[in-house]
Amino acid sequence: MAPTTQIPRNQWYVAAYGDEIGASLFARTICGEPVMFFRDAGGTVSALADRCVHRRFPLSKSNRDGDKIVCGYHGFTYDKTGACVAVPGQTRIPRTARVKPYPVHEQDSLVWIWIGDAEPSPVSSIPRAPWLAADGGYTTLRALAPLKARHSLLLDNLMDLSHETYLHGGYIGTPEVAETPITTEVDEEAGIIRVSRHMDDAECPPFYAKSTGIDGRITRWQDIEYFPPCLYTLHSRIAPAGVLPPASGPDSDAFHVEITYALTPETETSTHDFWMVSRDFGHGDAGMDSFFSQMQAEVVQQDVDALNLLEELIAADGEAYQELSINIDTGALAARRLIKKLNEAA
Amino acid sequence: MPGTLAITWEPGSDTLLGTCHCGARHTSQDPVEAWAWLLAHPDGHGLSGSEGASE
Repeated sequence: MAPTTQIPRNQWYVAAYGDEIGASLFARTICGEPVMFFRDAGGTVSALADRCVHRRFPLSKSNRDGDKIVCGYHGFTYDKTGACVAVPGQTRIPRTARVKPYPVHEQDSLVWIWIGDAEPSPVSSIPRAPWLAADGGYTTLRALAPLKARHSLLLDNLMDLSHETYLHGGYIGTPEVAETPITTEVDEEAGIIRVSRHMDDAECPPFYAKSTGIDGRITRWQDIEYFPPCLYTLHSRIAPAGVLPPASGPDSDAFHVEITYALTPETETSTHDFWMVSRDFGHGDAGMDSFFSQMQAEVVQQDVDALNLLEELIAADGEAYQELSINIDTGALAARRLIKKLNEAA
Repeated sequence: MPGTLAITWEPGSDTLLGTCHCGARHTSQDPVEAWAWLLAHPDGHGLSGSEGASE
């Protein structure tokens, strides 16, 4: 059976980076729903269905009049809550003239949107990524990779990092990644999956050798925390072999890289692959910024190319293919189960 | 189901050690079977390959 295309609803998803949304009207399809975003005069992000109720003209191709949106086709005018406040040529505004407003919340430089008809979960339930905040003490490079593959394929990819050895050899992969056993934990109450791989004497991959300047073997820890369905974080700790964190106080002899992904379905078979790489060293180093940005973009593109290919094959093969799971898939299987649970609950 | 479920891949082996939120443990060589055992709590906790069932 192929990985699911079902999209969990009644969930918060990352819709955009905060700096993507400004005064201009901005369109993005989230979980199959066309949405239009803009930042109002007070700086708050608003989100409305991107279709005029009259003849479905996209509001994102329309115009702003202060915090009101005037449809670019016939002039239906909406306030930022989606209520129609003016229609052309008549004073009576039809009762059903409104477009759907979406709850949004901006934190840690990400704009989250609630997708679903149920009351939104409290914003306090949205997972945090404080290293992405402007004052988080990390330097972050980020981009958005369009992925023509389903959310569950990207999730499979991220939950099993043993693929780094084969798909990303020469970048972040070394033999130890695929060879080191992992621990997978599912916190059923919080709905979080943690996958840890601690390599205590590993080859330093080119990505980290060049950026940290470590010459020789390393202690390399990879601790994944996945907050279904959208936010994935990989806490990466790199230090010279044998250097462990102190019992207390800051872990200042190690380099820390936070790799964050937001996996937001665009449609059932395409995904917004938001990727962010944050480091706690080399601040203000433009050369290192460029190196991190380029290397991570290439790694992401290797994943995108592989997953696009898988999506094409699934479409061609149909449902007849029987997958085989082995030990390295323990985390991905846990993630699939939590997604299934979210789908059943929605 | 409250609590934390864990599967540890034991170093130097192909063995997965599942630990249920109740403390029961189970060894396996198949992650699909390992998760199925954990999720079936408390069913199967007394079978061969399992130990320490409680609740």
